[in-house]
Amino acid sequence: MSSAMPLPRWVDVALLPVLNVTLAFLIGGVVVMIVGENPIEAVRIMLYGAFGYGYGFGFTLYYTTNFIFAGLAVAVAYHGGLFNIGGEGQAYVGGLGAILVALAVGGLHWAFALPLIMISAALFAGVWAFIPGYLQAKRGSHVVITTIMMNFIATSMMSYIISRILKPANVNSDESARIDPLTRVPFLSEWVPLLKNTPVNISFFIALLALVGVYWLIWHTKFGYALRTMGHNGTAAHYAGMSNARLIMITMAISGALAGMVAINDTAGAHGRLLLGYVAGTGFVGIAVAFMGKAHPIGVGLSALLFGVLYQGGQELAFTMPAITREMIVTIQALVILFTGAMSNMLRRPVELAFMAAQSGAERSGSPAEEKRA
Amino acid sequence: MEDLISILVTTIRVSTPLILACLAGLYSERAGIVDIGLEGKLLGSAFGAAVVAAVTGNVWLGLLAGIGVSLVFSGIHGLASINFRGNQIISGVALNFLASGLTVFLGAAWFGRGGNTPPLSGGARFYAIQLPFARELAGVPVIGPIYSGLISGHTILTYIAFLAVPLTAFVLWRTRFGLRLRAVGENPKALDTAGMSVSWLRYKALAITAVLVGMGGAYLSTAQAASFSREMSSGRGYIALAALIFAKWKPYPALGACLLFGFLEALQYRLQGVSLPVIGPVPTQAMQALPYVLTILLLAGFVGRAIAPKASGQPYVKER
Amino acid sequence: MDAVQSDHTRRPVPAAGESLAIELRKINKRFGPVHANKDIDLAVARGTIHGIVGENGAGKSTLMSILYGFYHADSGEIVVGGAPVTIHNSSDALRLGIGMVHQHFMLVDNFTVLENVILGAEDSALLKPSVDKARRELQRLADDYGLNVPVDAVIEDLSVGQQQRVEILKALYRGADILILDEPTGVLTPAEADHLFRVLRTLREEGKTIILITHKLREIMAITDTVSVMRQGQIVETLATASTSPEQLAELMVGRRVLLRVHKEEAKPGAVLLDVKDLVVADDLGTERLKGVSLHVRAGEILGIAGVAGNGQSELLEALSGMRAAKSGTIRLNGEDVTAVNDESAALLRHKGLAHVPEDRIRMGLVTNFYEWENAILGYHDLPKYGKGLSLDVKAARAEAQRHIEKFDIRPANTDLKTANFSGGNQQKIVLAREMERDPDVLIVGQPTRGVDIGAIEFIHNQIIKMRDAGKAILLVSVELDEIRALSDRIVVLFDGHIVGEADPRTADEGELGLLMAGVSQKGAAQSSEANP
Repeated sequence: MSSAMPLPRWVDVALLPVLNVTLAFLIGGVVVMIVGENPIEAVRIMLYGAFGYGYGFGFTLYYTTNFIFAGLAVAVAYHGGLFNIGGEGQAYVGGLGAILVALAVGGLHWAFALPLIMISAALFAGVWAFIPGYLQAKRGSHVVITTIMMNFIATSMMSYIISRILKPANVNSDESARIDPLTRVPFLSEWVPLLKNTPVNISFFIALLALVGVYWLIWHTKFGYALRTMGHNGTAAHYAGMSNARLIMITMAISGALAGMVAINDTAGAHGRLLLGYVAGTGFVGIAVAFMGKAHPIGVGLSALLFGVLYQGGQELAFTMPAITREMIVTIQALVILFTGAMSNMLRRPVELAFMAAQSGAERSGSPAEEKRA
Repeated sequence: MEDLISILVTTIRVSTPLILACLAGLYSERAGIVDIGLEGKLLGSAFGAAVVAAVTGNVWLGLLAGIGVSLVFSGIHGLASINFRGNQIISGVALNFLASGLTVFLGAAWFGRGGNTPPLSGGARFYAIQLPFARELAGVPVIGPIYSGLISGHTILTYIAFLAVPLTAFVLWRTRFGLRLRAVGENPKALDTAGMSVSWLRYKALAITAVLVGMGGAYLSTAQAASFSREMSSGRGYIALAALIFAKWKPYPALGACLLFGFLEALQYRLQGVSLPVIGPVPTQAMQALPYVLTILLLAGFVGRAIAPKASGQPYVKER
Repeated sequence: MDAVQSDHTRRPVPAAGESLAIELRKINKRFGPVHANKDIDLAVARGTIHGIVGENGAGKSTLMSILYGFYHADSGEIVVGGAPVTIHNSSDALRLGIGMVHQHFMLVDNFTVLENVILGAEDSALLKPSVDKARRELQRLADDYGLNVPVDAVIEDLSVGQQQRVEILKALYRGADILILDEPTGVLTPAEADHLFRVLRTLREEGKTIILITHKLREIMAITDTVSVMRQGQIVETLATASTSPEQLAELMVGRRVLLRVHKEEAKPGAVLLDVKDLVVADDLGTERLKGVSLHVRAGEILGIAGVAGNGQSELLEALSGMRAAKSGTIRLNGEDVTAVNDESAALLRHKGLAHVPEDRIRMGLVTNFYEWENAILGYHDLPKYGKGLSLDVKAARAEAQRHIEKFDIRPANTDLKTANFSGGNQQKIVLAREMERDPDVLIVGQPTRGVDIGAIEFIHNQIIKMRDAGKAILLVSVELDEIRALSDRIVVLFDGHIVGEADPRTADEGELGLLMAGVSQKGAAQSSEANP
């Protein structure tokens, strides 16, 4: 309706997202100027911090890994018309699944342990997401509200479990016992000396595989077709004989399982133990990553990398420019969600008008739009 | 008795921002705008109030600043959801992150206290008000503790919050504005075709939302606490949202739900470190989670049914 | 003078000096490349009923939206009561005494009648005085015009006819002198429509001016004084109703002689393929909408379900297609009990040979955000030919879509275009092609030509006949009685969840069918047992 003349595909998938992200960064730049720093210098420091040397680069990849998982979790649900805000809590509970198995099979070589840990983390996080999915499917409770609530419940529950049950007697801080070094997901620095002392681990490749897997799932499977049908038009899905209820529950479980993979990178890898509040906002970054990437795996990969750069570069920046704390990144993240998610129509209109102006005169004959307007 | 009074006093104290935020949400959701950004507005206005109160030493200016911040947030939310017909939930989520990032970022840059503002004192804070005859009646049995101990001795914002409940009920059911507010959340077309502006009405509702939640935020940093500290809203906006659902978008039940959730919080403070037989130390985490569990149960229809205003969450498209 | 003569001899264009309620001069409105209103000239005399007829997309609604302030004309002039005016929004229109009764009611469902009436016309910040005033005023309007409604009732508890009366009351309460009604009878039973017409006549006697937008020629003939015909954004003719005929109007509407009859051979019914016994179905709110329906469809025949919308047709289609569970009763397809049991039954039924063209293609039959090829396999995507195991064979689906495009002349012929960019007729062809090309045994079709342009209507009707002649059992639901009569081999009438009669389209009398549709007569029910072998 708003677009009598459809925009070319490249405008939709590339130009508009880039414009929106640029806008978010411009405003971020203004905020940097407000606190009296030079935004261009800040970007230079960030880029150096993220790519300039092995240590920084390793961290960038480590963050990227987390954000790919979290972003894919939101993206998969989004294709089904579901807004999963619960990635944070799902990843947290996934950490429990990961640590339980990792400790239970302690001493087992990681190559054998990793699949088990993955399954367990996926299962725990998947179940945590399945609950809101079930409530939406069978009881009609809106998944947005329930996933928010489930995040808080996860925080309380995990805090109890970690501090009361998992915490070994001889440890002071709230965390679980450590995973046997043989079992722990190995760091890439074992093979790549450049990445020395960085937490990037095998999970990075699992994340890349997940990108491919999700692409295949959404566009080249019958499940993906059904999922997208439901996402665009639930009534049509019902008409086609697809069970919306079943699709919602499966989708949420898959989404949660993907969020749970954060635990492979963190709990079973980078941290080597389950830390209190270990997810630390990763699940929420996933929302920004998914929107910015238009819920497409290629987009998710690229925006996960961008946020990886922001997070790692941001640490560097906080050293060099103490006025710019890492919360600047949260601000950028918010602006990205705002412009690519909620206000995506803001730039769309002017771009549409520009294209209409460019094309007007070319087509003057009656268009199908007439019928729809009547 | 004294224990009970003290728990109830705490209940009122912690319920105040919940009530303000919950009523705030009521106005916007009744108008058909889902406001998940209550949390961010609460946080942002707590920050704004604390900053201005710290700099000027005047708590009233702080209050105005707090309201100003939430007005800006409401404005952005309005732009996104009314003008650009964006997804209201995404907009709310973005605003929550914006508050969470900006408050600490700006706070750290301006005050260098790791995101906290300097402690407030003197005219930069709201203080408890003694109601008339509170001292005289203190000794009277039953009435004394209730009037002097429980009802008297809160800040002005608490009294405003409690007065806002009947006021909201009156506005909603007895006034022209209330009628239109309820209509725009149910069927905005009915208003449009009757010659009224849907957008303007929704903006008005968002403005009221901002004023109320702005007071709630100011309460956090200038009345309940004496400075802003990072993430100090700590989920209260979401609790208020839960209370709103729990109350089925009605003012008096909203008060009840906020008091219930406030009571749970008060109880949790009280029982911290208390050891019970058999289970040992009280698992306060369970109580933290209780409001959320209850809301989920309600949403799932296990405890009654919550039906939101029909048009909520949907941008109004004027073309047909 | 005209005034002393009967209504039906009024001159089409009011003479100079005759008091005009409203006049449009050279109104133009474009939407991008679409010229929705082209040089519209229209004059309506005070105290008359003026009809505007035209096909979907002819520009009727755009014109009325301009009058009511939803759109602003690109050029032209509106004159109300002799003075040129500009109408920026609905409140301008209301101030000028223009009221509108929309096709889809603009009521707040959980408000009372009183609250709905005063909404936007409150006198003060407090409600009480307005409510009291409205209560008195509505009583007066009820007495004057026979517009009775329980003023304290909540809208959702009222019947459709009553809700429409509330809409009219809303306009009158705001002092409307000119009342625009947009397709007012679409949702009404014939009895309710008659009541509406009585009200409209009374309003005319009181000096109100009424503009009636409709595509039903019968209504134009029955109630209007003058009529304008719109086609492709233009008013092609304005006539005195008394001096025209439905045939002439129909011809003016489409610009060429229409085939009122579909050409078809005598049906050769075979075995019963679809057999429904005592079907009871409830809607989402648990209200029973089908209350014990039995019917059967044979191979090679078309069974038409006639009825006013909302008498259980939707539930019937949904139950038959496996989308909605039955509370009791059975549905047999090819003798096999297929009464729906779960929310995937629709897929199961498809595989058993039942195809379903839904009533509402946008809401149900299509995903408008999908590419054309994606919609070409909707409901059939899990067939082995579209991929083994989990995977989806995109190439095979595209090839299928290409076949549909060629066979059904779907335009533009592009499988990779978003479905939203196809016209209504072509969207419907996408659905029809998908459902017909699977060679189903039974085809159930709801409102096949709703919102479809005239050229496509013929094509669609012919395709349905072709399916019948190929020996398929076809169940057709349509609110267009003419369509039902033209296509069906047998007609049953659905009223309030019951089948109240059966008729033979060759002999059925329109008046008799109308009475059945209104639930007035049970006579046909007795006949049906004879007609039904």
